[in-house]
Amino acid sequence: MNELPQQLANGLALGALYGLIAIGYTMVYGIVQLINFAHGEIFMIGGFGALTIYIWLPSGVSLLVAIPLMIIGGAIASVAVATAAERFAYRPLRGAPRLAPLITAIGLSIALQQIVWGFYPDAKKHKSFPEFSGDAFKITDDLLIQRADAFVLVLAPLCMLALGFFVSKSRSGRAMQATAQDPDTAKLMGVNTDRIIVMAFAIGAAFAAVAAVAYGLDKGQINFEMGFILGLKAFTAAVLGGIGNIYGAMVGGVVLGLAESLSIAYIEEIPGMHQLGGGAWSNVWAFVLLIVVLLVRPQGLLGERVADRA
Amino acid sequence: MRNRSLLILTAVVTTGALTLTACGSRDDKKPEADSGKTTVVIGVDAPLTGSLSALGQGIKNSVDLAVKTANKTNEVPGVTFEMKEYDDQAVPASGQANAQKLVGDEGVLGVVGPLNSGVAQSMQGDFAKADLTQVSPANTNPALSQGDKWAENEKKRPFKTYFRTATTDVIQGKFAAQYLYNKAKKRKVYVVDDKQTYGAGLAAIFAEEFKRLGGKVVDTDHVTVKETDFSSTADKVKSKGADSVYFGGQYPEGGLLADQVKKAGAKIPTMGGDALYDPAYISASGESNDGDIATSVGSPIEKLDTAKKFIADYQAAGYKDPYAAYGGYSYDAAWSIIQAVKAVVAANDNKVPDDARAKVTEAMSQVSFPGVTGQVAYDEYGDTTNKQLTVYTVKGGKWTDLESSTFED
Repeated sequence: MNELPQQLANGLALGALYGLIAIGYTMVYGIVQLINFAHGEIFMIGGFGALTIYIWLPSGVSLLVAIPLMIIGGAIASVAVATAAERFAYRPLRGAPRLAPLITAIGLSIALQQIVWGFYPDAKKHKSFPEFSGDAFKITDDLLIQRADAFVLVLAPLCMLALGFFVSKSRSGRAMQATAQDPDTAKLMGVNTDRIIVMAFAIGAAFAAVAAVAYGLDKGQINFEMGFILGLKAFTAAVLGGIGNIYGAMVGGVVLGLAESLSIAYIEEIPGMHQLGGGAWSNVWAFVLLIVVLLVRPQGLLGERVADRA
Repeated sequence: MRNRSLLILTAVVTTGALTLTACGSRDDKKPEADSGKTTVVIGVDAPLTGSLSALGQGIKNSVDLAVKTANKTNEVPGVTFEMKEYDDQAVPASGQANAQKLVGDEGVLGVVGPLNSGVAQSMQGDFAKADLTQVSPANTNPALSQGDKWAENEKKRPFKTYFRTATTDVIQGKFAAQYLYNKAKKRKVYVVDDKQTYGAGLAAIFAEEFKRLGGKVVDTDHVTVKETDFSSTADKVKSKGADSVYFGGQYPEGGLLADQVKKAGAKIPTMGGDALYDPAYISASGESNDGDIATSVGSPIEKLDTAKKFIADYQAAGYKDPYAAYGGYSYDAAWSIIQAVKAVVAANDNKVPDDARAKVTEAMSQVSFPGVTGQVAYDEYGDTTNKQLTVYTVKGGKWTDLESSTFED
């Protein structure tokens, strides 16, 4: 059988998930030049928020009803935590050297993990998450699309379209672009930059909550550590696509996802490369790709070269 | 100037920390003076947090139960036992740091743990230098007790302080291969491991025995611990036409892999070792784990007459977490340390001798008593003499035992 369509589908679904999380890194970086390493944990908290809603709902409620509510619940949790983090952890450090907020973000990431671990009921173990019932969609003999993968493959482009429309057309979106270009001038022109920065954190967090629901539906479980590796991957995707560019985040995510799944499937088929293929090496190949891309295009796939405005 | 104040700050903090540690160890010895009884500490090192905490908490509670039972029945006259637990989070470096703390605490005469073979590797050396007995209820990697060349039949015990109540992967891997080939009639297996000491070792032993029996290993792959998306590996399993998967690794990855293999459209069972045999394997990965198989050391303790008292006591004690897969073995591990202390104390005028650690290690090889999991005794490598194994399968979302037998080569 031909494995390629299936592996492409896997890579796309994984990449769409990376892309949704990567939005959070890229928006915050684009506006305040901060790498918010706690964003993986914002994603995780979105998952726990969604799970809480699901537990509150009467049992037996259809997933079609539950999912929108779960996304809303997850987004409320993640946005609340992200904006609180911005207000109390990052804003006081806005004038500080770049390393200070970076270290704060790493510390916050550990703290958020431990808070969920310690205070969410029974979060020390994996928590079961609802799954779609029913088999995968059979497109051809060689191609099965899991219901959860279909969910993320439909939702991710919709979210991207909405975000693109918001940023380019709405008043707040244009204010956001202005703040990204030059916060001081934007402020002089009457843009409330503090509000715009909070908004960037909030949008990233809401996208992370959507990703968390998609992740939970796919894997059937969430846990307090899940944000760490996915956050790192999503950050990589943001850099690959050109950090600061929202479309770049999605493109980077998809390229990274495809690179991972294709390297698992095909590197080992190359004669003499069997030892370097398979799941053990997929991260290595993904990062080799990242390095190659950055050598050729240091600004990332869709990034623009901007003068450093230190 | 700035650098200097940083230096001073560091110095102050370090001094403070050292002072606190010193206070800590003084406090430890207080009960001795107060009650006229000597306090002997049994250390526990297990993953008490993180994704393997379900197993770790079971280990800790079972040791706690053993300690409380020994105190209640006055098992060793003149000695009060106390448990001190350390969390290794399944990380070798944390395990080693804990080993150093345990070695530094003079009251500790024996340690139960750890759960992971990889963590055990990082602890053995520290314990051996300090003559401190370590009994693992769960390590199954053969090299831990039989040296790196165990496969070439050059067995040599590397650390005289290391004992275990769990049997080794040599036995478990071969047992699994024999079951899958002879009883489950599978011929084409896809072998996946997680690159860790335990998982890769077990998978290699399994694969070798499966091939020796005449089966075919269609391909192998590896996954990375803590990752969750194995769909590409799952698709390879499907496209190679395997009729079963053998996974060497822990349940978080194992559960997800098994689930994703089934979702990819290959309706075949995943088999693994004792690390999969945990309720969390099923709950960690959604719904479709029915038919998956795991081998585990010993017999199901729910079915053993010898374990009835343990189970009743455990429930009566009201622990929050279940005893899980290694509870009985942890109890036996702690009890064998208690028995060794008993022998040492009895031989020394009912007092704990000055070189108690070395004496306890010596006494361990003589220990033999009917434990929760059967007769507990250790062979010349420190391995358990109990070679019972059981095959479990998931049925209706629960692990049920299929058959138990004693392994014969």
